[in-house]
Amino acid sequence: MPASGVRNIGMMTTSEIAMASVSSSVVRGPLLRIQNVAKSFGKNIVLRNISLDVAEGEFLTILGESGSGKTTLLRIIAGFETASGGEVWMGEERLDQQPPYRRRVNTVFQSYALFPHLTVEQNVAYGLRVAKRPEVEIASRVKEALDKVKMSAYAKSKPSKISGGQQQRVALARALVNRPRLLLLDEPLSALDANLRRQMQVELKSLQREVGISFIFVTHDQEEAMVMSDRIALLRSGELEQVATPREIYGRPATAYVAQFIGHTNLLKGQVQAGKVRSGPFTWSAALPDGPALFSLRPESLHLASQENAASGSVRISGKVRHQAFHGATELIRVECADGLILVVRIPGSAGALDNVELEFFPGDAVVVRESAERI
Amino acid sequence: MELLVSEGKSVSGSRWLLLHAAVVFAFLYLPIAVLIIYSFNGDGVGGFPPHHLTFDWYRILFADGPIWDSVLNSLQVALAAMVISLAFGVPAALALERAQFPGKALFRRLVLLPLILPGIITGLSLLMLFNVAGTKLSLLTIILGHGTALISVATTEVFAGLQKVDRAQEEASLDLGANYWQTFWRITVPNLKLPIIGAALLIFTLSMDEIAVSFFLIGRDNTLPLEIWGRLRRGITPEINAVSTIIFVFSLVAILLWYRLRVRGEGGSEIGLEIAEVADPV
Repeated sequence: MPASGVRNIGMMTTSEIAMASVSSSVVRGPLLRIQNVAKSFGKNIVLRNISLDVAEGEFLTILGESGSGKTTLLRIIAGFETASGGEVWMGEERLDQQPPYRRRVNTVFQSYALFPHLTVEQNVAYGLRVAKRPEVEIASRVKEALDKVKMSAYAKSKPSKISGGQQQRVALARALVNRPRLLLLDEPLSALDANLRRQMQVELKSLQREVGISFIFVTHDQEEAMVMSDRIALLRSGELEQVATPREIYGRPATAYVAQFIGHTNLLKGQVQAGKVRSGPFTWSAALPDGPALFSLRPESLHLASQENAASGSVRISGKVRHQAFHGATELIRVECADGLILVVRIPGSAGALDNVELEFFPGDAVVVRESAERI
Repeated sequence: MELLVSEGKSVSGSRWLLLHAAVVFAFLYLPIAVLIIYSFNGDGVGGFPPHHLTFDWYRILFADGPIWDSVLNSLQVALAAMVISLAFGVPAALALERAQFPGKALFRRLVLLPLILPGIITGLSLLMLFNVAGTKLSLLTIILGHGTALISVATTEVFAGLQKVDRAQEEASLDLGANYWQTFWRITVPNLKLPIIGAALLIFTLSMDEIAVSFFLIGRDNTLPLEIWGRLRRGITPEINAVSTIIFVFSLVAILLWYRLRVRGEGGSEIGLEIAEVADPV
């Protein structure tokens, strides 16, 4: 193991090394390695050339709109779909050529897929029974798993007699009791109402920390992805747009799509010439090559400027507030500036009614984004 | 005024409709009612209104050796046909629902064809086959006839049940380490329990009542419907009414049982559902 670990480091890219050192103190090869995976159903191409590594103990979220191919990717890892091309490796083992029941991967299904004819306890024991573990061991592991998800009181109930949130916990226990190396979760929280959902996000995250198993979590909810993940892989129409930590993906979105999908943003088209960016009514200096460029400016990067203390180096513009949406701690306002440019600005929630405002931002907060992901 | 006229019309129209419906229902159900009533009539099948209510015909029936032999024959045939048609029908349903193979559409039509094939055709063709093969006609030939003709019933019932089984459950089982065989026995079959029991009941009932196929394939031993038919040629006695009443009650109970299972399992196909819905008092 150490030998292969050393060899793998040589092949790792800088971002992978950074990722590995962030998520675990021991630098090892990735647990799961997805290489150039593609999938098409007939003429319909669902995934193109997906390459992605998952580190030991990492919480990775595959984020995407419906139809982006995220569930298909998960099903390829679980073994319910066969990739049309590419390979999936777990350590030294070629995973994609194994049937699902030989993979050390377990899944929490969107519909939970609990067995209706078995009790909660029997559901959780299923994997261990099939593996022919001794009954004494099964009993203690099932108890432990049910304790962990706080479902011991319902051990003898049938799945139809417990609530959706409880079924969710049982599904989780049923998967974790087998001590998989990797747990796949297919939108497991989508059926829960908002409050329970937020609570489960926290619980799921702390459970993952506790058991130390790698999670691949599929969701279409960008907030959920931001809250829970070590890294987010953003999928768009079968292609990866960006794979990065939540902070990085929010602060440094690679493409216009990423910037718009994760949170709110203002997209500014600009023209760079001799170190000066010209974008509509704005001009600021930036060390960029000449030519057209696209900038993402987050609403919170724009501030209400006061006449007296103009910050040095800030870019300023005046405009008229067209719409104010109160969110409690903050408020989102839409400001119409010169040339009909509309800017979305996040301001403290205590501003009151506004009319004509002066806005400013710092050139460093305008992040260059690509028009779209480059096709490889 | 116009409104009144049209209302009057529609009322008289609905009256005619009601009468029409009553006549049709009477045509359908009066014979059955008469059959049951006259099984208790001391004066035999003639005479109206029936009087001298008696259980004598049932007493005679229970002492009638040949009738009971034929009942036993029919039970044997029905049980054996049930086993045969399920043994072939369940795998056929699985193949139709789960597998993709060339010629699947043709396969489905061939499996389901006996459902609409007249009994005469099935019986006659099997008779010719047994003749060519030199097989002596006996209960065994009837069993083979019923068994093959009813495969289609088993297939449709189990197929409909399979469609309702959540595929994610089977995937979950594979995911938890069970192979395909273990998944089938531990997850698929328990989910199919109700459709299979329902199909068995339906096949049993259909086989007990079957006459057309049996008629061609009969050897020395009569099934119950053929025994009754044979006696009718010598004239009707209320003993026949008595045995028919018993068959009617048993068939009704079996169909009700089957229907209840379906409602509980929400499985099953459309075949026979209408009969059962009418029969079900709830």
